[in-house]
Amino acid sequence: MTVPPRRRAALGAALVASLLAAGCGGSSSADDGTITLDVGLFGTFGFEQAGLYDEYMRLHPEIRIEETSVERSADYYRALQTRLAAGSGLADIQGIEIGFVADVVENHADAFVDFAAEGNADELLGHYYDWKVEEATTSDGRVIGLGTDAGPEAMCFRRDLFEQAGLPTDRAQLAQLWSTWEGYLEVGRQYEGSATKPEGTSFVDSPASVFSAAVYQGETAYDDADGNPIPESSDGVASAWENASVAAAEDMTANLIQFGDEWNAAFASGAFATISCPAWMLGYISEQAGEDASGAWDVAPLPGGAGNWGGSWLGVTESSEHKEEAIALVEWLTAPEQQITMFTEEAHFPSSQEAAEDPQVADAANEYFSGAPVGQIFGDSAAALQFTPIGPYDTQIQEAFTNALSTVAQGTAPDDAFQAALAEIEQITGG
Amino acid sequence: MTIASDDPRVAAAAAPPPSAPPAPATAARRRRSRLTRNRWGYAYVAPFFVLFAAFSLYPFLYTAYISLHEVRLSDIDGAVFVGFGNYTELLQNEFFWNAARNTLTIGILSTVPQLAIALGLAHLLNYRLRGRTFFRVAMLMPYATSIAAATLVFAQLFGHDYGLINTLLEAVGFDRIDWESGTWTSQIAISVIVTWRWTGYNALIYLAAMQAIPNDLYEAATLDGASRWQQFLHVTVPALKPTILFTIVVSTIGAVQLFGEPLLFSGNGMTSGGVSNQYQTLGLLMYDQGWTNFRLGQAAATAWTMFLIILVVVGIAGLIARRRARAER
Repeated sequence: MTVPPRRRAALGAALVASLLAAGCGGSSSADDGTITLDVGLFGTFGFEQAGLYDEYMRLHPEIRIEETSVERSADYYRALQTRLAAGSGLADIQGIEIGFVADVVENHADAFVDFAAEGNADELLGHYYDWKVEEATTSDGRVIGLGTDAGPEAMCFRRDLFEQAGLPTDRAQLAQLWSTWEGYLEVGRQYEGSATKPEGTSFVDSPASVFSAAVYQGETAYDDADGNPIPESSDGVASAWENASVAAAEDMTANLIQFGDEWNAAFASGAFATISCPAWMLGYISEQAGEDASGAWDVAPLPGGAGNWGGSWLGVTESSEHKEEAIALVEWLTAPEQQITMFTEEAHFPSSQEAAEDPQVADAANEYFSGAPVGQIFGDSAAALQFTPIGPYDTQIQEAFTNALSTVAQGTAPDDAFQAALAEIEQITGG
Repeated sequence: MTIASDDPRVAAAAAPPPSAPPAPATAARRRRSRLTRNRWGYAYVAPFFVLFAAFSLYPFLYTAYISLHEVRLSDIDGAVFVGFGNYTELLQNEFFWNAARNTLTIGILSTVPQLAIALGLAHLLNYRLRGRTFFRVAMLMPYATSIAAATLVFAQLFGHDYGLINTLLEAVGFDRIDWESGTWTSQIAISVIVTWRWTGYNALIYLAAMQAIPNDLYEAATLDGASRWQQFLHVTVPALKPTILFTIVVSTIGAVQLFGEPLLFSGNGMTSGGVSNQYQTLGLLMYDQGWTNFRLGQAAATAWTMFLIILVVVGIAGLIARRRARAER
């Protein structure tokens, strides 16, 4: 092939230009008047699977919805932070998770549309649990996103293992036995001490199961009211550590790393009898444990009162070219009716109190979990929940504590492990 | 594809008249004409240098700049100049020294067996074996496997309850080993992954160097009654010294930068290198600081410290090579 040099250069330039153009995305209006809205999410929000996008596009033919989803929320958060710092590359709608909502509220509120300033703010925010709105509210009253799901917690347990160990399997009776974490540990001692306990099983999957659930039951968890980390002096940390380190030191945990391979495999083999489970974890458990374990699991209330783990928001970015349309979509996706659909289709528990009190949610029972009245158990937990201050480093601080608890289960003295966790936290917060 | 000959001036310039020495004016014109003549040369190398400047040089300098600041990703505009504060903090930081120690031990545990096995394999493959090409290709297979895939498989093999290795250990009467949570066991497991992946690559490099050794030397050694082992020790190894030095340098750089294996070994994406940081390497510490804790200044300081460590290693290797060259002369 002989191409004259000049044309060759032009070809090269065109190639470079097209590569550069391919690198820049973003929402756009096509010539035919349709508007494309980009939605950036992580994990499994499940709007698409529940058919909500299709329904919305049917109701609004001029809108096209394109979702980009990153599997791990940590990876998503890294990319989101980079884009917020660079001020470009943001989608019209971005998912925000409990693990980093405090960082967004504190540092990036300006990048998101303030829903408290919307004309219909009362209607928009009124149907939520108070704590759900409060978690996404800045100190000057801006609301950076509308809540999707929530993660009210309960205690999942294996009926079959409890039966073999000679323990009661009645939900109400267990709720009474483990109304406090001390009571829960007492049941754990009975389980571990039982002569008929199935070989090779432990009472609880990991010390993290106790710690992460108990820590938000205090007045404070990891932060003071201004969002500054106070790991040494928080009452929530102190009591959660006390109970979790007892569970670890007395060897009643399988000491698995949550979400690791061995933990996943342990569901199928039935290696532990209890795990504190937010509403969204029921789907995870049934998936990992498989059909064979249907009816083996059951759900009872969480020891020590209500708890919440997880939950997300949808925010509209200020840089969006189609803010009005994006706001309308977010309002629709998070409205009570759609939250009910998300519960019935995808088992995501509503953060909208109105949705949670709807009979379709409140009266729901879960067949896989021995017909447990999950709507009522999780609804009670969500309704009893008090707002606990959150901060930007909660995820990392929690990992430091749960890692340290794993070393307690391996034989480290609890006090040494606590000091190690504080040293690790100093690396995170910068001392 | 001919470029230069399109231009008649090129042919003229390429063959200057041998006799008359050029006048100054012609020299200047010639220099200019050489620039225009070479413009396609510059144009063709430009993409590399543009990419290099954008994706290597700029990040390199910006990392140095960032390392002198206290800065978080959430507040990138709020960087505070702290001079060498991040470096002094790092040198007093127990986590840094822990990571440095782990990097050193994993480096030794992986590099030494790796190079020794590679040398042995190369020596064997240097003989006329049946199916030699098959063995050579097979050896390079681990190198062609992605780190992520290999590590995920090995992490399962080394699993406590359901790992194949523990199952085998139990079958022959040993206790199960909790590979992941022990310091030595986890480091050995990671070293196995590194060794598995890089042995073949190094063996091929040795093999290439061995094939350059004149056959006369082996023949002479055979005539003198040297066994194969003696041939290996007294002919092969001395001739391979420069190659061995090269592989040591490359493996050491790889060991200092070790990152993917310890990150994925935990199986759940934790960046702390185990619950008590028992297999956290410098590379992983840097990632932990930058992308879990979002302390970019500290992470940048770690990056530059790692770079300086590598420079020292390469410098030492260079010194050894020069001393050896001088001794031979």
